[in-house]
Amino acid sequence: MRSYLKTLLGATAIAGVTLAGATAHAAETIKVGILHSLSGTMAISETTLKDVMLMLIEEQNKKGGVLGKKLEAVVVDPASNWPLFAEKARELISVNKVDVVFGCWTSVSRKSVLPVFEELNSILFYPVQYEGEESQKNVFYTGAAPNQQAIPAVDYLMNEGVKRWVLAGTDYVYPRTTNKILEAYLKGNGVAADDIMINYTPFGHSDWQTIVSDIKKFGSAGKKTAVVSTINGDANVPFYKELGNQGIKAEDIPVVAFSVGEEELAGLDTAPLVGHLAAWNYFQSVDSPENAEFIKTWKAFTKNPKRVTNDPMEAHYIGFNMWVKAVEIAGTTASDAVIDSLIGVTVPNLTGGYSAMMPNHHITKPVLIGEVQADGQFETVSSTPGLVPGDAWSDFLPGSKDLISDWRAPLSCGNFNTKTGKCGGQGS
Amino acid sequence: MNTTFKSHASLLLFLFSLFLFVPAAPAHADELTDQINKLAEGGFNDRQKMIEALAATGDSRVVPALEALGDGMLYQQKLGGKVFIVERAGSDFKLIDPVTLEDAGKMPKSALEKIKVNNRLRRTVRDALGGLQLNSKNAADRLAAAGAVFQSRDPEAIPLLDAAIAKETKADVKKVMLEARAAAVLSSDLDENAKLEAIKVIEERSGRDSRSLLLNFANTAEGKLKTAADESAGIIERSLAAWAGVQNVWYGLSLGSVLLLAAIGLAITFGVMGVINMAHGEMVMLGAYTTFVVQDVIRTSYPQLFEVSLLISIPLAFLVAGAVGVAIERGIIRWLYGRPLETLLATWGISLALQQTVRSIFGPTNQEVGTPDFMSGAFEIGQMTITYNRLYILVFALVVLAALMLVMKRTPYGLQMRAVTQNRSMAGAMGIRTDWVDALTFGLGSGIAGIAGVALSQIDNVSPNLGQSYIIDSFMVVVFGGVGNLWGTLVGAMTLGVANKFLEPYAGAVLGKIVVLVFIILFIQKKPRGMFALKGRAVEA
Repeated sequence: MRSYLKTLLGATAIAGVTLAGATAHAAETIKVGILHSLSGTMAISETTLKDVMLMLIEEQNKKGGVLGKKLEAVVVDPASNWPLFAEKARELISVNKVDVVFGCWTSVSRKSVLPVFEELNSILFYPVQYEGEESQKNVFYTGAAPNQQAIPAVDYLMNEGVKRWVLAGTDYVYPRTTNKILEAYLKGNGVAADDIMINYTPFGHSDWQTIVSDIKKFGSAGKKTAVVSTINGDANVPFYKELGNQGIKAEDIPVVAFSVGEEELAGLDTAPLVGHLAAWNYFQSVDSPENAEFIKTWKAFTKNPKRVTNDPMEAHYIGFNMWVKAVEIAGTTASDAVIDSLIGVTVPNLTGGYSAMMPNHHITKPVLIGEVQADGQFETVSSTPGLVPGDAWSDFLPGSKDLISDWRAPLSCGNFNTKTGKCGGQGS
Repeated sequence: MNTTFKSHASLLLFLFSLFLFVPAAPAHADELTDQINKLAEGGFNDRQKMIEALAATGDSRVVPALEALGDGMLYQQKLGGKVFIVERAGSDFKLIDPVTLEDAGKMPKSALEKIKVNNRLRRTVRDALGGLQLNSKNAADRLAAAGAVFQSRDPEAIPLLDAAIAKETKADVKKVMLEARAAAVLSSDLDENAKLEAIKVIEERSGRDSRSLLLNFANTAEGKLKTAADESAGIIERSLAAWAGVQNVWYGLSLGSVLLLAAIGLAITFGVMGVINMAHGEMVMLGAYTTFVVQDVIRTSYPQLFEVSLLISIPLAFLVAGAVGVAIERGIIRWLYGRPLETLLATWGISLALQQTVRSIFGPTNQEVGTPDFMSGAFEIGQMTITYNRLYILVFALVVLAALMLVMKRTPYGLQMRAVTQNRSMAGAMGIRTDWVDALTFGLGSGIAGIAGVALSQIDNVSPNLGQSYIIDSFMVVVFGGVGNLWGTLVGAMTLGVANKFLEPYAGAVLGKIVVLVFIILFIQKKPRGMFALKGRAVEA
């Protein structure tokens, strides 16, 4: 009996020791969650972001990690399935105990994980340009808000003498909201309703004959015409192929795109597309020492000298470095402390300047307009003179122009209405 | 002796001519070089002025420099600021003097800076070249130049055009020159009669840019000119509208041919064999990836074969997709005959597995499949544009369908296949190896899907998701046309294509697709077996 008790005690002790050992071991690394689709329709864009996060973590570990601890990446695959994003986010935070998550691409995936991050009070870095109209305590938006991409692009074209506008987009929330903002902005600048054509197409649309010929027709009314494209992902390749085949030249009807970067052009023969435009906060062709270093590391990491870099990758680069710096300032990875210390953190971006995290959880970035070159790269033809701060709530929409976001105490509010003086207007 | 004398004389002559030109020519060349060097200075606005100034010299020696500028091949030395035309030579650039066109050595890329151009500057260059190349010896250059003047409507080009028109011997070039002259006249300050005449010329030219030009002119014109321009624009508009109907039919047939290609293979596996094959789209994708691999090999090893890369891909894509099809049939589907639900789930699983396999091997990003020259570009019939790639795909789809029908109706294998699908046990009793016929039939359907992939790689993304976008459409076509009937598939595909394209301008692409789906649902309620239903005992079996 006694021996039995002894063994029991011993077993408990051993179990206790192993348990303690396990926790001690777990505390030696800081876990970073990566929530990007590795299968399904969005894998085409998101897999690259997973790779870039792994690279950044590896590089940071070479420098000794953070707070003296190594970083450990936890990769999950939400498979381009929006509800699965929420489940996987919950798994990362509650089961894997990650301290921060980098992830999501589409707005609907972000909306799907928002409640999870709020409930479990964790941190999400979102690296993609989006429609704005959101500012959430647990989310840091390192991609462009509409005023950091769409508005400067339209300004550039207006300067070039464009009077007639085609707003073409894929039918979902980002193009619809962006086009609403642009329509209001264009009308505010004296463009007549007749001179704006809005067109939506389904995801993965592949037969562009009618629409491209409509654009041609719309562009032949005797005024300089441009197309503002919020066409997403897969649909772009057949769209540009049809443009090239029907002989629409950038000199006559330029297309400025917000979702087409180096990665998307990699599957295309760009010779017929020279001169079409894209607006981003980063191009691979940007000439800066940071960028040269980044590209070199990336090509070495992927072991592929042909791999290209793009804007959302830079957003993760900025976001990751901001998080590292904020953790070092806070001295802990606890969510509340890091969220507070993130505001005001300034890190170098890849275009030769510095980006800062603002109280509305958006960052400051330069805006670059680039033209497609025959080698599949962009050449910057215009850039904003300084940094543009991201505006969570558009000034051009009636519902949101009175809203501001400031997560510093004492306001601590993502949608403060300056008219009514109350927190809580539209959205979250 | 004689030759020596001759060469001496020519040497003398040469020296003499050198002596004659030495004082004048280099000074001029220097001036031009200076002007060209100035292209590198300032912003886009300064550069535009410099291009216009260069064009105004009327000197044909500026043409190469301007062409290089438009093509982004004009560079400035970082040290010294001299401007050169460059040619790629490995990792270095070969430098060419922009005026004398002499070889000026090599330099690493990093020592040079590109002179940037944007769309506006490219347009300016195009316009400038128009005026300068009207007298070129090459007819194609003259044609392009006249086209450029039509776009630029530069009144200063009128005297140049008059001279060029007087000399021109080719009727088609002359016609374009006359049209360009008319366009330039409209923006000049010539008298009303000249302008009225010009409006007539442009009306006859017809087309969208003529209408655009006339409307532009009408915006600023007054009185008689305004009414004449509006009237002519109206005439063009009516002819365009008449053509729009024809254009829609063409777009519809072209969309229909894509649907047909995607669906023919399914018409065999689903229509004839009754297998609900959710992995059908992935067979299309395998065909597209085969094309990519073939082109990749050709690019690296046999670049001269690029033009025929698609022809090489067709049999290979058939074999690859067909072999995978046979493997799927032998490995999985044959155990599931008569259990449609399990077949559906199993093939859905295969579809996901194939997608992920391709994703792991080739990566998730789009692969570039090039278009051979004979398939790029477009031509015009009347007021409508027909792109070559769509035309070839339409022809190709019909050829594939015809070939398939031939196999089904005229070969012993086709006979066996029909026998097995109509009455399996009877066919077996006649000595047909029914299980191998099943495997080959499934392989045939898959192989044809692979061939469709070769064609679709020309108009769509080559990514692991390629197949998914076609699976629903394919089932729709087969069910709508009538299961088991190839003619039904043809008519079904074309009907859906044309209906879609006629709805699209009114309802938009999103709503148009929904309307078509609703229509099919209603149609199936009325005729559950589709348009061309098989009749007789075979249906019940």
